[in-house]
Amino acid sequence: MGQKIRVEVNGTSHDHEVEPRQLLVHYLRETLGLTGTNIGCETSLCGACTVLVDGRAVRSCTQLAVQADGSSITTIEGLGQNGRLHPLQEAFHEEHGLQCGFCTPGMIMASAGFLDDQPNPTEPEIREALKGNICRCTGYHNIVKAVRRAAEQMGGES
Amino acid sequence: MSPTAKQDPFGASLRRREDAALVTGRGKYTDDFSRPGLLHAVIVRSPYAHAEILDIDTVAALAFEGVVAVYTGEDLVDNPDAGVVPTCWLLPDIKTPPHPILAKERVRHVGDGVAVVVATDRYIARDAADAVVVDYQPLEATVDAKATTGDDAPQIHDEAPNNISFDWNLGDQEKTDAVFAGAPHVVSVDLRNSRLIPHAIEPRSALAEWDEISGELTLTMTSQNPHVHRLLMTLASVGLPEHKIRVIAPEVGGGFGSKIHHYPDEAIVSWCSMKLHRPVKWTATRSETNLTDAHGRDHVTHAELAMDDHGKILGLRAETFASMGAYLSTFAPAIPTWLHGTLLSGQYDIPAIFTRVVGTFTNTAPVDAYRGAGRPEATFIVERLVDLAAAELSIDPVEMRRRNFVAPEAFPYATQVALEYDSGNYIGALEKAVANSDYAQLRMEQKRRREEVLSRGEGKLLGIGVCSFIEACGIAPSQVVGALGAQAGLWESAKVQIHPTGTVTVFSGSSGHGQGHETTFAQIVASKFGIDVDQVDVVQGDTGKVQFGMGTYGSRSAAVGGSAIANAADKVITKGRKIAAHLLEANEDDVVFDDGAFDVRGVPDKALAWGDVVLQAYLAHDLPDNVEPGLEESSFYNPANFTYPFGTHIAVVEVDRETGDTDLVRYICVDDVGNVINPMIVDGQVHGGLAQGIGQALWENTVYDDNGQLITATLMDYALPKAHRLPSYETDRTVTPCPHNPLGVKGVGEAGTIASPAAVANAVIDALAPFGIRHMDMPMTPEKVWRAMQ
Repeated sequence: MGQKIRVEVNGTSHDHEVEPRQLLVHYLRETLGLTGTNIGCETSLCGACTVLVDGRAVRSCTQLAVQADGSSITTIEGLGQNGRLHPLQEAFHEEHGLQCGFCTPGMIMASAGFLDDQPNPTEPEIREALKGNICRCTGYHNIVKAVRRAAEQMGGES
Repeated sequence: MSPTAKQDPFGASLRRREDAALVTGRGKYTDDFSRPGLLHAVIVRSPYAHAEILDIDTVAALAFEGVVAVYTGEDLVDNPDAGVVPTCWLLPDIKTPPHPILAKERVRHVGDGVAVVVATDRYIARDAADAVVVDYQPLEATVDAKATTGDDAPQIHDEAPNNISFDWNLGDQEKTDAVFAGAPHVVSVDLRNSRLIPHAIEPRSALAEWDEISGELTLTMTSQNPHVHRLLMTLASVGLPEHKIRVIAPEVGGGFGSKIHHYPDEAIVSWCSMKLHRPVKWTATRSETNLTDAHGRDHVTHAELAMDDHGKILGLRAETFASMGAYLSTFAPAIPTWLHGTLLSGQYDIPAIFTRVVGTFTNTAPVDAYRGAGRPEATFIVERLVDLAAAELSIDPVEMRRRNFVAPEAFPYATQVALEYDSGNYIGALEKAVANSDYAQLRMEQKRRREEVLSRGEGKLLGIGVCSFIEACGIAPSQVVGALGAQAGLWESAKVQIHPTGTVTVFSGSSGHGQGHETTFAQIVASKFGIDVDQVDVVQGDTGKVQFGMGTYGSRSAAVGGSAIANAADKVITKGRKIAAHLLEANEDDVVFDDGAFDVRGVPDKALAWGDVVLQAYLAHDLPDNVEPGLEESSFYNPANFTYPFGTHIAVVEVDRETGDTDLVRYICVDDVGNVINPMIVDGQVHGGLAQGIGQALWENTVYDDNGQLITATLMDYALPKAHRLPSYETDRTVTPCPHNPLGVKGVGEAGTIASPAAVANAVIDALAPFGIRHMDMPMTPEKVWRAMQ
């Protein structure tokens, strides 16, 4: 009853036979052991499980693993390059954009997808972009600052 | 300080050492752990709020391939390894009906567990859970905190007639009634403090591992207080001695109170693991957390304030019905009583106060401590009454507060409701908030807008809300809370262990879950010893590593846990001075420890570095008589009092005349939390607290229908605050140190949540003043506001 899929996750290709109903987030967490992607609501409403699929931020809790067949996925574990933190990871640290850290991987991946579309956002644009990601700890203040800081850093590097 | 001297880490905004793992996905939360042979548990929960269980048929569930076991409440009857979930705070004449870990015979709220399915795979476990057939005989439900006491309400527990658990009061009723009888002015309000669901973004989870060889149970779980969970497990829930249970709280994804409490679920998985001799994990779904996490607030209150002609407050009376839900959760009875009634003096000098609180059972999820826990409810009563009084007497709300504050020179100040405020400068914080907000200018702008919007019938009205709040945190001292009904002490422990090379490991009984303990506690110790923060590690959250501790809640970690660390560090220095004096051939009284060195007073060239003395302590070649080798000290710090942070918050809202939509446009706050260990982290705590309180004021609400169905069981229906509806906060501070703990710190975890509901509610009601609105209950949704303007 399994279905074969091939996905590239954080640059590594994986072939697996999965149950057609298996959620992508469970595939990432339990089959591949990439537990950095968290599950907060299983209904697409909190954004904790956000990953990049072919460069676009998606909720891995409401996508099936079989739907990801053939795609390239980036999770929080694969965001940094060559042992260096991604500017968003650095900025969340510098601006104290996280407390308990549970929403953080999803928040950072959503921000990564957003900054790809909008490299130089205003504060209201950042707030609007992150309305699908819930943080219960920070009140968003420092998350917004972190995304703004990362945008400046990334703009400086490009 | 010379330009080359290093900065004292105490008071510095050091970036958090916790972050490296958390921003890279390497932080491990409970559900991230797997084990060979792991089984997954799914708990079958009642869809009815109140029903008799006639029969449970598990045959179909057991037939699923991969299902290992299905247990019901009947399997647990008379089993010494499976007990109940206890209540740990008792009040006079309180009714404490038992809370079995799986319901037997009767369910009392939607979500009450009736069976557990254990399978090799979480999907199979869920399929099989759906196949458990439970035959229920539904009963009438009761959900309202006050109406549940009526003679026509269904009885939830035989032990509690009229669904009353306790009827408690505080203050001098006779004196207060006399004041009201003679008062020239009285204002009153009937209000509801809405029920909230904490919504830690990490759902609760527990992984139980039974080792039959050692007879030990290891329980990895979402806990704010692992030792308390271990103690309650051993006392009431599983038949194991305390030293054979190890509770580990790994990364914990937020708590806000909801992970203080002892729930049936961690006891159920423990029992399953012991029975099946395999590791068993349970992780709640979001709807499951909403149905079963202890909720917050849910008060129905009538309150009155008496004033003289000049706005001086003469007395306050309040009667509250507080829903406890279907069972008494861990600390539930303390929340609406000793953490609520005691706060009804606010920042004010009130000569007479009396309050009655009735704790009631309803067919709803249990209610217990949620961020603020009693203090937001008290603040809401006081700050609504003060605004109503100001309106009644046509006094500006800010001026009304000025006239009634406890004066800076009046501390320590004994209230009429059992507390002694330690230190404060209430007028100082208020005036700073007034200046930062440009209050006079805001009032002018409000007047201009009001005229324009009301004449045009469209546009945005401005509302300005003030809240001057008091918080009581680090609940203490233990002997007093014991007398008040706590079945626990509320001290905190720390062990400061110095390694032979001078680096340090701190073992903290306080167990963080986002507060940044690993950073701030290291700052305390590094500052004490004059060493680099990088040379200090902090261990917490594991009963197998850390001495008994009380955990993290009630804004207690810095004030109580931090004080324990400071005291233990001071003991280390005291021993170090003895050793140094001996080695330097000096009198111990002449040896001072300063900036990482033991110096002899008045003899500049006689000194020993920190590392030299530490090494000598371990070499033990030349120690003074009566000094043992080694260097590590513990402290069990029992505070002399609560600490009392305070502040004034000002909210500015725009209310759309046509749609009733409220926009929070500015939030200005001045908090005084005593000395500050890490300003960045303190500001972050304020921000998060504000969002939760603003959420209550404007959006969040828990709705049960008359049948006890939770209408707001998902994030589709329960509106959490989101980034695009919140402003950047304008935070500031005054600093009035706590006089009775060694660090002078107070507490900050809950301040924002205590102040902001009243500040925002006062602002919305202020905006609606032209429509004759005196009061509105939270949440102030567009519909409610729109109706008020019609």
